[in-house]
Amino acid sequence: MKGIMTFVSGAIFYFFIFLTVYVQVFFLVTFFENRGKIVVRKGKTKLENYPEVTVIVPAWNEERTLGKTVESIFRLNYPENKVRIILIDDGSTDRTLEEMQKFSDNHRVKILTKENGGKYTALNLGLLHTETEFVGCLDSDSVADPDALPRLMSYFEKDPSVMAVAPSLVVPKPKTIIQSAQKMEYLMSVYSKKMLGLLGAIHVTPGPLTIFRTRVFDELGPYRSAHSTEDMEIAYRMQKHRYKIEHCNDAYVYTGIPRTVRKLFRQRLRWIYGFINNSIDYRDILFRKKYGNFSFFTIPAGIASIFAVCYLLVRIFYNLGEFVHSKFVEYQTVGFDLGASLGNFDPFFLSTKSFIFLEVLIIGFVAFAMMMGHRMVEGKWKLSFKIVHFLVIFSLVAPFWLLKAIWQTVIAKSPAWR
Amino acid sequence: MADRYRKKPGLEIKMFDWKKYFVVFLITIALFLSASYLSNYFGSKKIGELKSIQDQIAISLLSSETQYSLLSDLSCKNVSGAVLSDELAELARKLEWGEKNLGAAEEVLSIKKYYSLLEIKDYLLAKKIAERCKTKSAFILYFYTTAENCGECEREGLVLTALRDKYPELRVYSFDYSIDLSAVRSMLSIFKIKDTALPALVIDDELLTGFHSLEDLDDRVQESFKLQEAIEAEKP
Repeated sequence: MKGIMTFVSGAIFYFFIFLTVYVQVFFLVTFFENRGKIVVRKGKTKLENYPEVTVIVPAWNEERTLGKTVESIFRLNYPENKVRIILIDDGSTDRTLEEMQKFSDNHRVKILTKENGGKYTALNLGLLHTETEFVGCLDSDSVADPDALPRLMSYFEKDPSVMAVAPSLVVPKPKTIIQSAQKMEYLMSVYSKKMLGLLGAIHVTPGPLTIFRTRVFDELGPYRSAHSTEDMEIAYRMQKHRYKIEHCNDAYVYTGIPRTVRKLFRQRLRWIYGFINNSIDYRDILFRKKYGNFSFFTIPAGIASIFAVCYLLVRIFYNLGEFVHSKFVEYQTVGFDLGASLGNFDPFFLSTKSFIFLEVLIIGFVAFAMMMGHRMVEGKWKLSFKIVHFLVIFSLVAPFWLLKAIWQTVIAKSPAWR
Repeated sequence: MADRYRKKPGLEIKMFDWKKYFVVFLITIALFLSASYLSNYFGSKKIGELKSIQDQIAISLLSSETQYSLLSDLSCKNVSGAVLSDELAELARKLEWGEKNLGAAEEVLSIKKYYSLLEIKDYLLAKKIAERCKTKSAFILYFYTTAENCGECEREGLVLTALRDKYPELRVYSFDYSIDLSAVRSMLSIFKIKDTALPALVIDDELLTGFHSLEDLDDRVQESFKLQEAIEAEKP
């Protein structure tokens, strides 16, 4: 019986490792197929035409960061008369509205206030007041790089079938280890997002400055509540209707990220819960040829990775338990002898099972993704030692938000925003 | 505003290419095979290491035996049997780890059989030397099982390791009850060991079954040393 259990557990373990390697190889092959298409532009980007764009800034109690966000819109390298700004106070209880009023003299700025109803309601109010061909949202904790907008818009100019373009989210200056771990993760997602974009399989159009053709909302309807992840749901909806979403790797938006593990945990719990539940809501587009890589790659890979990480957690705890138990038995039987266990190291006892080499390979893939992300953002190769922060923090904490997200899905309790 | 409705949405022709999924599958398989090749490569190196330790032991043992026959009536000073104990212990540790961690069960098993034989030979020789040359020594034969989950065997193993560290003159020989080797089976029948009473220990021809604590065995080993001294004292 024990033999069968070990075999099954080993088989599942290798199955998940197989999937992880498969996903990374898939990205790598995509990368080599499209190497020429990935460019990083320097300096000011010029367009043939500058169509009008509305930027909606929804804010709920963001008095501290709102000013910087709005100023970054003013600084965009885009003709002044082509950018309209809608500031929406979603029933803030702090001085957010006063902060907004500071911009009321500017004829480009429209200020709206409403009762608190969640981010998607604020966005929808903004959409009602949007009259331009293009629209985007800029979360009030984010700051856009001056060239972000022209670079994003160049994708629409190049390809009229593009319906939305997402920027690269960059972490400006990490202050805590938690933040530097996230900085590395964001670099990695620049790479994976770009690959998903090339595959036509993006599953989230992030709040910080994804630009849409306004007709997306006219045709598909406004934002929905969608498990507090409205920017994911709209991407799913667009994929369902086969609207093209691109990723513009050299349009940078500097985004605020959680400073503490606790806040990171809450944010990720919301994201993962949103991913699971949006995937459940849109399960009918899973494994359908019509929906391409989105249905065969993005969603399955995401779901598999959730299960893989959870399974690994259980396995790690099981092994840890076994180790502690054996040490306890040893202590009980012959007392402690630290010297004997540490004293003579012999490389013979280093494990050389296949999974060790595969794990090294996976870490190699992660490092490659981060290096590529760095290159796509800053145009040069670099691998920071902060990858260690990422590996340690995410492998310690990620399994828990994944498990909690699954648990909350099972008991049908959606996580709070903040 | 009206402009927005002019064009029909540009439906994306989804890229979907089975070939790519298949190629990626093949690459992944290739990576798995490489990992497994590396694993086998290092595994066989380890088995090579086990074999070389085993060879060393076999040579030393054969040499001691030959020496013993040659010098049987002469000086005991030249007989060097005691050095083997450490090597046997190292082989035992590595074998145990190899059984758990190396895939090549067949090869490990054959090394283990050979190891058991070497142990028996070493036991017989060391006993003879101890009797004739009156060296201070004690012997424990230890029988355990890997066929079923035997928690007490694991604990007994720990006790014996600790004991051996304490008394360099103590020689512990461990045998897997379930090993398919006639020499070991003979030992089992000589000492009347049954699989229901494992772990089993033989010290000074006395059979002990079940778990015995460090203190208990410590006393017995010391007794064994004393017994030996007494026998020697009686001798003319």
